[in-house]
Amino acid sequence: MKILVCITHVPDTTSKIQFTAENTKFDITGVQFIIGPYDDYALARAVELRDQTGGKLTVLNVGEAETEPTLRKALAIGADDAIRVNSNPKDSFFVAKQIAHYAKEGGYDLILMGRESIDFNGGMVHGMVGELLGMPSFSPVMKLDVEGTTVKMAREIEGGKEMLEAQLPLIAGCQEPIAEWKIPNMRGIMSARTKPLNVVDPVTEETQAETQKYQLPPAKGAVKLVDKDNVAELVKLLKNDAKVL
Amino acid sequence: MSVLVYIEQAEGKIKKTSLEAVSFASALAAKTGEGDVIAVALGSVDQAELASVGKAGATKLLHASDSRLDAGVIQAHATAVAQAFEKTGSKTVVLAKSSLGDAVAARLAIKVNAGLVSNVVELPNTDSGYIVKRSIYTGKAFAETSLTTENKILAIKKNAIDLKTDGADAAVESLEVNIPDSDFGSKITATERATGEVLLPEADIVVSGGRGMKGPENWGMIEDLAKTLGAATGCSKPVSDIGWRPHHEHVGQTGVKVAPSLYVAIGISGAIQHLAGVNSSKCIVVINKDPEAPFFKAADYGIVGDAFEVVPKLNEALKAEL
Repeated sequence: MKILVCITHVPDTTSKIQFTAENTKFDITGVQFIIGPYDDYALARAVELRDQTGGKLTVLNVGEAETEPTLRKALAIGADDAIRVNSNPKDSFFVAKQIAHYAKEGGYDLILMGRESIDFNGGMVHGMVGELLGMPSFSPVMKLDVEGTTVKMAREIEGGKEMLEAQLPLIAGCQEPIAEWKIPNMRGIMSARTKPLNVVDPVTEETQAETQKYQLPPAKGAVKLVDKDNVAELVKLLKNDAKVL
Repeated sequence: MSVLVYIEQAEGKIKKTSLEAVSFASALAAKTGEGDVIAVALGSVDQAELASVGKAGATKLLHASDSRLDAGVIQAHATAVAQAFEKTGSKTVVLAKSSLGDAVAARLAIKVNAGLVSNVVELPNTDSGYIVKRSIYTGKAFAETSLTTENKILAIKKNAIDLKTDGADAAVESLEVNIPDSDFGSKITATERATGEVLLPEADIVVSGGRGMKGPENWGMIEDLAKTLGAATGCSKPVSDIGWRPHHEHVGQTGVKVAPSLYVAIGISGAIQHLAGVNSSKCIVVINKDPEAPFFKAADYGIVGDAFEVVPKLNEALKAEL
């Protein structure tokens, strides 16, 4: 089985989010970049499936040269080779077009990625790629097993989950608990240095959306503490001041 | 001209988040002069439910009653909505961001060549161009994104607009759809859904517990408080990781992101990953025995005290008041 895992290169979840250049650019000062946490789940499951069934596992990222350490980490975790589409990921549509092109070229049976990136949280790329390739797409997938050409999945829905069966090839946007995150070991890190990382050009420059400005939410006021022996006071505040009851 | 709204239903009942999407579309149509608000409902829906779509602001409801559409088969739903889009000549689709809504919207965007913005938090600015404000970095920031396509899809975040309830009845028409069998190629073999409870992602009030609750056997007081408040119950990531509570209750960066009017956090320290899931709440109450818990910095109201003492007392005080 040929598996493609698409990963994002995003600020660590503990990063302080700030903007520069009059709120038109994300401020990378002091920010550590990681594999998107959801993508990391997808990658972990893909490594397990590749180890079970054999075949090849490729990781792909749409990004400029600074994302290569993130791709190397994915190689260290267990991917066999990597593709970097050499461009700033301009919008979901642009990224989906790149993935669809290289996925088709590579003839993958299973395409996995995170349910959403944790920077823009769109959660749209897997569905777009599915439609572009005429493949079914599922998200958010929390369990995925492959038996022959049948894929059995659990997809989270509001307040529960649904069990699904579909045929390869397909695309899934993944989330926990599909697999446990894998931490690269020393052997993985050493071998990642020499695994192929192919840099390719974007196939189109077409976009549909452009972000012009960023904004931070208004600062939160100080917490109003209520004495633990006077909970009635809290009820009053919620009712009369916050008006949420 | 018209704005189309994709309606989600569960067991014949229209989801409240979809009604919010209708109200959003109604305000949008008034702003842009797009005229009619046409809701599209798929599968078997209670007839009585259809009127609520009018109250929320729809002028017309197209209903494709094919029972194969009762389940949220992603490809088939996207095809059905695309056909409604072509038939009505709409340029804009509004829908509520959800597990199914996101999946359908993405495929629809490609089908009808529409620019798509997700997590929309307010009506777009159309003074010059079409600029949409959306929530990014898991609620830690906003982006103003300009859409350059003629066709547009807006997936709105909960609480982006107040639900309208004073609209007239919508004219109901049946919608003929022609869906290829291949769109039904995947099978939903079972559905597990918490019943009779308020669903967490859609709740107006959420009561969550963390490791401070010491064990799953102590969740009774969380549930009692939730019941008094008409709230959904949630939990922190460690709690769902160790299996005290099911995964669909996990609130946070990699779990459910909630946007209730009131969020009550009990025995949760407030790790940044948890805060990312709750930062769109209107009002946050934190109960924790550790006065240094970081959650107090993100809270509107707080009580420093032992949850096992405070929560039952709070429940009694609320019962007396509500």
